[in-house]
Amino acid sequence: MGNFKDDVFIRLGFYVSYVAIGLGALFGLLQVLERVPGIRIIPADKYYLSLTAHGVIMALVFTTFFIMALAIYVVTRELGIDTYSYALNKVAYGLVIVGTVMAAVPILLGKASVLYTFYPPMKASPFFYIGATILVIGTWIFAANILLTVKKWRSMGNTDKKLPLGVFGVVATLIIWYIATIGVAIEMLFQLIPWSLGLVERIDPLLARNFFWYFGHPLVYFWLLPAYIVWYTVLPRLLNVKLFSDFLGRVVFMLFILFSTPVGYHHQFMDPGIEAGWKYLHTATTFFVFVPSLITAFTITATMEMAARARGGKGLLGWIKALPWRDPTFASVAFAMILFGFAGATGAVNAGHNLNYVVHNTAWIPGHLHLTVGSAVALTFMGVSYLLLPMLTGRKLHSTKLALTQVYLWFIGMILFSAPMHYLGILGSPRRTYDVTFGGHPSTQGWAPLLVLAAIGGMLLFASVMLFLYNVLRTLTSGARVEVAQPSSVEIPQGSLGVVDNFKLFTAIALLLVLMAYMVPTMNIINLGTPGAPPVVIR
Amino acid sequence: MSINKYEKAWLGFSIIMVFAFLGITGYFSFVAGFQTPQDAEVIDPTKIDEDERFANPRVEEVIPGELYNVYMVARMWSYSPTEIRVPKGAYVKFYITSPDVQHGFHVVGTNVQTNVIPGYITVITAKFEKTGEYLIVCNEYCGRGHQFMKGTLIVTEG
Repeated sequence: MGNFKDDVFIRLGFYVSYVAIGLGALFGLLQVLERVPGIRIIPADKYYLSLTAHGVIMALVFTTFFIMALAIYVVTRELGIDTYSYALNKVAYGLVIVGTVMAAVPILLGKASVLYTFYPPMKASPFFYIGATILVIGTWIFAANILLTVKKWRSMGNTDKKLPLGVFGVVATLIIWYIATIGVAIEMLFQLIPWSLGLVERIDPLLARNFFWYFGHPLVYFWLLPAYIVWYTVLPRLLNVKLFSDFLGRVVFMLFILFSTPVGYHHQFMDPGIEAGWKYLHTATTFFVFVPSLITAFTITATMEMAARARGGKGLLGWIKALPWRDPTFASVAFAMILFGFAGATGAVNAGHNLNYVVHNTAWIPGHLHLTVGSAVALTFMGVSYLLLPMLTGRKLHSTKLALTQVYLWFIGMILFSAPMHYLGILGSPRRTYDVTFGGHPSTQGWAPLLVLAAIGGMLLFASVMLFLYNVLRTLTSGARVEVAQPSSVEIPQGSLGVVDNFKLFTAIALLLVLMAYMVPTMNIINLGTPGAPPVVIR
Repeated sequence: MSINKYEKAWLGFSIIMVFAFLGITGYFSFVAGFQTPQDAEVIDPTKIDEDERFANPRVEEVIPGELYNVYMVARMWSYSPTEIRVPKGAYVKFYITSPDVQHGFHVVGTNVQTNVIPGYITVITAKFEKTGEYLIVCNEYCGRGHQFMKGTLIVTEG
C-alpha cells in the first residue's frame, strides 16, 4: 500500500528486525534470571550459547535490518524517488539473510559460543565467520545502492540543492559503516577465516582484537546515527515545528564521520602491547565524539521547547508538561534521549584512559551499552515503528494505549536493569559470567540484591518487548484499514553549505585520522612478532 | 550560518569540558603514574614451560618489603599460583601469560586488572595499601568453565 516499489524491502527489514528483537529478548531474559544467585535454569554451556545469541541477534541482526529498512524509508520519502536499483536491494537483502542464517545455525547448535566479540584463539565453526562476512558484504552492496540513489537524485536537476537532513544523515551513517567494516574485513579475510579453516595454524590474538575494535566501536555509531536521524527529522514533523538548527544537525553528522573510527583502543586500555600514548590518543578522539552528541542534546531539547511553547507551555521548565507525553513515538524519543544522557556520563568513564581500570569487563559495561544500543537505539526504533507501520501498511495501530505502556515500561525496566549493573561493575562483578558470585565467595557479599534488581528490570524489558510484538502483530493482522497520511515531502533549503556539505572532504580527513590513530600502533603489534596461538575449540 | 547564542555558549562549554577531561585523565596517567598496561613480551603459548618463570609460577621476593615479582599462568580455568601473598605497601610486578585462550585478571575491590592474551606476557605493577584477602576473578570469557576461574591475593601486614 506504500508509495514506492522499494517499500517491500522496508517492510521485510522491519519484520525481520521484530523477529530478532523477540528472540534476543528471550535470550536476554534467560541471562538476567540465571545470574540471580540460587536460580539455575540452564547449564553453563547453554548460558554462554544464549549470551552469544543475545549479543549477535540484538547487536547485529535487529539493528542491521531495521537500519537498512529505515534508510530506504528516509531516502525514498525525502528524495521522492525509488532507490537506484531494485535488483541491488534484492541481492543485498539476500546476502544479509543468507549470512545471518549461516552464522546463526552454528550459534544455536552450540558450535560458536564465542560471544559477539569472537576473540581468537577461541575458535567457532568456520560457518560463523563466513556467515558474518557474507552479512557485511550484503550491507556494502546495500550501502552502494543508497549512495547511487543520492547520485541519481543529483543528476535529476538537483545538482546545487542541499540534501534533505535525513538523507544527509543516512549518507553519513553509510560512510561510517564503510570505514568501520574495513577493520572486520581484514580480521575475517586475513586472520579468522583462513585460520578457522585450518589453512594457517596460528593467529595473533592481539592483532585480531586491534582489528575487531577498529570495527567494534564505530559499529555503535552505525546503530546510533539512525536513531539521531529519527530525532532530527521525524521528531520535528511529529511536533509540527522546524528543527532548531538544521546547520548544526549537519555539523553533527560530519563530526561523527571524523571521530567514529579512530577510537577503538578505549576498548583495549587493559591490553598489553599497545603503548599508553596511543591509548591516550584514542581517549582524546573518544572525548571529541561527545561534542556532536552534546550539540544534539541541545538542538533536540530546544526543538522540543519551541514546540511546547507553541502549544502554550510556560515557565522555565513548565513547558515540559505541554509536550505530547501520551504520544508513544514522542515519549519513546524523549525517554531514549534521557537514558542516552546517562550513557554519555558513564561512557566518559569507559573512555577515561585510567578510570577504565575500575570498570573494564565488569557489569558496568553491559549496564552502559544497554543505555546506548538498548535505549537510545532500540527504544527509538520501537517508537518510530508505531508511526511508520501504519504508513507502510495502511492499517491503524492496534492500540496507542498499549504502545504507550510499552514505552514507559521500557524506560522503567531499563533504569532498574542498568543502574544496579553499573553499581555491580564498580564493586568488581564481572560481565559475561555464569555464576558471578563465584560460589558465594565472601568478596561478592552484597551483590545478590543488585542482581535481583537487575533481573526485575530485565523482566520488565522482556514484558515490554512482548507488548511491542503483540501490538505490531495485531496491527498487521487486524488493524483497521485506514488512509494514513504520508509525511509531506520536506522543503529542501536552498543554497550551498560550502564545506559542511562536502562528504568527500570529510571522508578523506576521517581516513587520515584513522591512519594517524592506527598505523603506528598496528605496525608495533606486528613488529612484536608473537609466534601466535593455535585454535582452542569451545564445546 | 548563524548559530544561536545559547547554543554557542553550550558548544563552548562542551569543548572546554572535553579538554578538561583530557587534562585530568592525562595528568593522572602520565604524571601521577596511574598508567594503563603497555609493556609486553612475546612468548610461544605452546611452550610456556620452557620459560623458567612460567614453568614454576610463583611469588618472588626481590627486595623484602619493597618489590615482589609474581610469575603467573592463567589457563582454562585456574590461575597458578592460586594464592598470592604480598606485604602491604610493596610494589608487586605481575608477569602473566596464557597457554590457551584469552583471560582476564581483576583483583576485586581494587583497580588492579589487565587482559591476558596468549602469545604475549602482560606486565603490570601494583601496590596494595590495605591488608586483607582479595578475590581475583577472570573477567574475560574463556569457555564453559569461565565462572570457576578465580584466585586469592592476601595482603599481609608486612
